[in-house]
Amino acid sequence: MSEDKSIENTPSSPERRRFVGLAASAAGLSLAPGIMLMEVAHGRPEEQAASSAVRWGMLVDATKCGTGCNDCVSACSTENGWTPVAESQHKNQAPQWIRKLELQDPLTQFETNLPMMCQHCADAPCVDVCPTGASFKRADGIVLVNRHTCIGCRYCMMACPYKARSLVHEPLNDTQKADVPRGMGCVESCTLCVQKIDRGDGTTACVEACTASGHNALLFGDMNDPESEISKRLRELPTKQVRADLNLNLGVRYHGI
Amino acid sequence: MKRLLALGAVVLTTAALAWAGAESTSAPKTGVAAKPVITKAVKGEQCVEDTEYMRRNHMDVLDHHRDKTVIEGVRTKKHSLKECINCHASETTGSVAKGKDDFCVSCHSYAAVKIDCFECHSTKPQASMAMHPMNAESAHYAHKMATQTNDKVSAEDMAGIAQ
Repeated sequence: MSEDKSIENTPSSPERRRFVGLAASAAGLSLAPGIMLMEVAHGRPEEQAASSAVRWGMLVDATKCGTGCNDCVSACSTENGWTPVAESQHKNQAPQWIRKLELQDPLTQFETNLPMMCQHCADAPCVDVCPTGASFKRADGIVLVNRHTCIGCRYCMMACPYKARSLVHEPLNDTQKADVPRGMGCVESCTLCVQKIDRGDGTTACVEACTASGHNALLFGDMNDPESEISKRLRELPTKQVRADLNLNLGVRYHGI
Repeated sequence: MKRLLALGAVVLTTAALAWAGAESTSAPKTGVAAKPVITKAVKGEQCVEDTEYMRRNHMDVLDHHRDKTVIEGVRTKKHSLKECINCHASETTGSVAKGKDDFCVSCHSYAAVKIDCFECHSTKPQASMAMHPMNAESAHYAHKMATQTNDKVSAEDMAGIAQ
């Protein structure tokens, strides 16, 4: 840190300017001044594997989350093709990737709203317990289920401290989305809209919906990039990890809880 | 007399052959399965690999690509199941595995090999407007409107089918 400060304080010489310019063009492949061929953070080329240089994460601002608003949940269900719980026949066992929680402090009656879903732990208990290796963490920090190896034992569901996972109990009769395969007998949970990330959208369905509804309670981005919007906000705001005592290093952080 | 007999024999055999031929076209002989119907892909002229290679090795090609996709997030179009479906979905059922003559099912039932792909994967090409990246931002509104106007939507209604 101190070294950075000293560089900042010295008057910039032409040599240093030239170096900065070179570094900028190397980072972003600029075609011409101001025109970038691809963005640095999320515009990963199609044939390039997800990299651990990126860690996708989400910041939930519970102070902005609307009471009674369910837009993130319905957006998730539309994007990923799971039937909303209210519409399913067996509500107790219906798959649910994201749910809204309303909490009330019994002393002060203060109400808090927040969405709860897979927290994309860096040290995920679901990954630890999976007997077949189907539950895994992708290089960019997204915790996923490989349905090709999932045997539906539900061990991960029991290990998850956030009740984030569901088992598909009933046949889906070809209602799946082309980008989101799902099947009976497999465990599933929030994928941080991995199909959208791989496409280069750089956001998730719930975040898009929250922004569209005007609440702006959700922010998605690369937590490894110090210049990303989410990193900046995480520096400014006091945030918490749910069940921080478990030391799981979560990808989803909450403000205002 | 001999000539007449020979002529009679010839007539009889041709008649018998013709009858047998007619019989074989109208109904298959017992014990012989009907050959699979291989419909030409609706879109595209040439598959990503040679037809002969694909007939023998498509399962390995798909297997390799699925691991690259699920574990590494590589979603290249070549060798992707989604692209197979996009090209090979039948024009009548809109699917690769719904009808008995659809592309995947037709051969697999002939060879008596069960396909597991469609336990999880959609058998239809991506057609929904909501899935298009251009419409992604407003996609959830369509669903919101549907839930507001229609009180009960079953899974069958959403799919538009009942198997």
